[in-house]
Amino acid sequence: MRLTVDGQSFDIDADPEMPLLWALRDLIGKTGPKFGCGIAACGACTVHVDGQPVRSCSLPVGQATGAITTIEGIGAPGKLHPVQQAWLEEQVAQCGYCQAGQIMSAVALLDEVADPTDADIDNAMGGNLCRCGTYPKIRAAIKKAAALKTAGL
Amino acid sequence: MASVGKIARRTFLIGAAAIAGGVAVGYYYYRKPFANPLEGDLAAGEATFNPYVKIGADNTITIVAPRAEMGQGISTTLAVMVAEELDVGLDQVKVEHGPASYAYYNAAILEEGGPFAFFDESRTAEAVRAGLGVVGKFLALQGTGGSASTRDGFNKMRQAGAAARQMLIAAAAQKLGIDAADLETANGSILHKASGKSLTYGEVAANAAAMPPPAEVRLKDKADWKLLGKPQKRIDMLAKVTGAPIFGIDVRLPDMLYGTVKMSPRFWSRPVGADLAKAEKMPGVIKIVPLETNYGHGFGIIAENTWAAFKAAEAIETQWAEPEYPPDSAAIAGVLKQALGAEGSAMRDNGDVAKAFADAPREKIIEADYAVPYLAHATMEPMNATARLKDGVLDIWCGNQAPTLVRQLCANVLGMEQDRVTVHTTFMGGGFGRRVEMDYALCAALMAKAAEGRPVKVTWTREEDMRHDAYRPAAVGKFRARLGDDGLPVAVDMTIASPSVIAGTLRRLFPSISPLGPDKTIVDGAYDQPYTIPNYRVSAIAAPVTIPVGSWRSVGSSINGFFHEGFLDEIAVAGKTDPVELRKTLMAAYPAAVAVVEKVAAMAKWSEALPAGKAKGMAFSLSFGSWVGEIVQVADTPAGIRIEKVWIAADVGTALDPGIIEAQLISAAIYGLSAAMGQEITFADGMVEQSNFHDFDAMRIFQCPAFEVAILENFHKMGGVGEIGTPPAAPALANAIFALTGKRIRTLPLSKAVAFA
Repeated sequence: MRLTVDGQSFDIDADPEMPLLWALRDLIGKTGPKFGCGIAACGACTVHVDGQPVRSCSLPVGQATGAITTIEGIGAPGKLHPVQQAWLEEQVAQCGYCQAGQIMSAVALLDEVADPTDADIDNAMGGNLCRCGTYPKIRAAIKKAAALKTAGL
Repeated sequence: MASVGKIARRTFLIGAAAIAGGVAVGYYYYRKPFANPLEGDLAAGEATFNPYVKIGADNTITIVAPRAEMGQGISTTLAVMVAEELDVGLDQVKVEHGPASYAYYNAAILEEGGPFAFFDESRTAEAVRAGLGVVGKFLALQGTGGSASTRDGFNKMRQAGAAARQMLIAAAAQKLGIDAADLETANGSILHKASGKSLTYGEVAANAAAMPPPAEVRLKDKADWKLLGKPQKRIDMLAKVTGAPIFGIDVRLPDMLYGTVKMSPRFWSRPVGADLAKAEKMPGVIKIVPLETNYGHGFGIIAENTWAAFKAAEAIETQWAEPEYPPDSAAIAGVLKQALGAEGSAMRDNGDVAKAFADAPREKIIEADYAVPYLAHATMEPMNATARLKDGVLDIWCGNQAPTLVRQLCANVLGMEQDRVTVHTTFMGGGFGRRVEMDYALCAALMAKAAEGRPVKVTWTREEDMRHDAYRPAAVGKFRARLGDDGLPVAVDMTIASPSVIAGTLRRLFPSISPLGPDKTIVDGAYDQPYTIPNYRVSAIAAPVTIPVGSWRSVGSSINGFFHEGFLDEIAVAGKTDPVELRKTLMAAYPAAVAVVEKVAAMAKWSEALPAGKAKGMAFSLSFGSWVGEIVQVADTPAGIRIEKVWIAADVGTALDPGIIEAQLISAAIYGLSAAMGQEITFADGMVEQSNFHDFDAMRIFQCPAFEVAILENFHKMGGVGEIGTPPAAPALANAIFALTGKRIRTLPLSKAVAFA
């Protein structure tokens, strides 16, 4: 089975029923997407398939036909994605475990809506749980990221 | 408050825990300094000054911050303590957790373990605090908890930085032939202004580290702080926004296997007639091994990948023995209710409560029963650990709040010497008290024994995690008050029954020790509040239910904040006093408490009327040495009650990083509100009924209120930060709902009585 992840091709030998998350983490070595619940209830595993946010813990790898993007594919130290930059500036993360999923949901939101309202943020981010309660900073960072993106930074 | 005589008669459980630890590490004599654990493991050209500072010849400066980073920002604040005195910027240093070592014992974690309120500064209370600090060293527990890390580190980490700086200056003085008094330091260099000569720390590090440590270490005055007291950029932020592999679950080793566990869903029960054949034959499964630890019984599944292990765990067919405890929530509630009828241990007993109620007119008495449920920690990162047993050496990688205990218990379970065990402590995806426990590390260690030298990463499913916690115990409380003619309470009698956290913890960690005496965590947050009431009794009763219970963010205060402050609100209503004014009157002897209540009331414009359909509630709690007032505003909406805004004022004595403190206060309030709104762990047939976030959820972003926070520094002793926002959150919300609806809800979660938007 061939997967395209963060612009790279990987040949893997996996049960097609294996969730994409475990193929990414155990077979390919992409540990950015996190395991939180296994039932698409917390969003920690969020990645993009062809630009759409999906919960990789509940998508069988056999059905993951498309370009997959993880947190490791959107930016890196030195050339951060505007959403990552905003997260850094707002000092969003506490334990940090849910943040890869939060950021991937936020990136997808801003690709869809350049200047999201609070209601847009509530709708797009409601599936991403944070037990540290970083929500006020997530909201602020999404607004800051929207501004950074619009300014082309 | 208790006298020394009373303490001696009763003993108290934290002492039992300390003795248990002392048995294990008793050969560490109190006054003997610990060896520097960094000495054996230095890179080429690297020198170490003390357990907290390493400097390389290339001027790479490494600070060891030996407390668990679970989101509370402690690795940043501890590093700042050293950096401040070492005169280096935070961006110039590398920060490491460092090895498991008794040198990193936490003295402050036990300091408040005695039966004294934080504000009790009597000679007895201070003597016990000092005594327990000694116990802390004797026990040598490298632990993160009790909101104690900054208080424990504040002097020793600053001293570590200052001592290293003085040694570097002395070495530079020698090398340059200049008097040390004429040298200055800045940004990792030593300068001689007059001649313009300078040396980096790295250039003199080797010589400096060989010098004797200074006999006298001088610390900066607070006024001269450049980093402390100001918000810093967290050292872990970049890794956390780029998905870097920093958590236990991200560990990857050559030749690594994967695994999971299937533990008995009935605590302590053994499997009866297990059929492993089907699971063993599944693709990718390597081996299934029985697991037996002080936490219970079950199976470990070793496989080629985590998914294969999860599938095999589902396929194991087993019966489990009957539970040793009441099997369902109704039966457990019955035991708690019955316990409440017993005579409790009075941890506070002012005046003569019995007499005050004996002649009270019926219309002056108010009574109420309160209850809270068991709760899971539900950290975002499920329990996991990676272990490798090769050539008689165990390496274990995991996020944990007590590395020396991980080392000790893993060595015990494998029958090894502790010096053959190396603990690699990672960042943790949430702790909240869950990662004080050792179960996930012990399971991984046992599974490594069956893996023929290969490392095994053992990841629990969310369902295993939810159903095998050391839960926040359920608790019930019986409350009565006698009001005076002025509406103020003349007498208050509070009795609280709950399974004992300390007894439960001892059974798991030190099963050979029997718990003695009452457990003050049952009444923490109720017996130790800064209110003066002439007749004031708070009694604890340990209820005999052996479902595992442990430390859950703010421990006893998470229960008693709700009980005490809910009942105080009832007293205010019955006595027709304003809840803020009532508290200010009762806490008049404690100006720090009055100041936070006044501050939070001013922030929230408490005295101004709200439009119809909106209401506010307030609560106060002193916990972990910090004084916190919270006000919650709720609104009635067609979809249910919406929490609109929360104001928090907290006096932490000395605020070392206001940015991190504000984040922690909001975090802890959301943690408490999440539980109050909808969380409960219930039991049927001896098993936990909840399994995942669909039936044990937490606040979501669309429910999150706006926050406004004020940090005060009035009190003369430093308090903790990580847990203090939780205790007042639930009662402030419940009191706001009463103000909105007239419905007094005395049982959590509130969602059983009202709907939330």
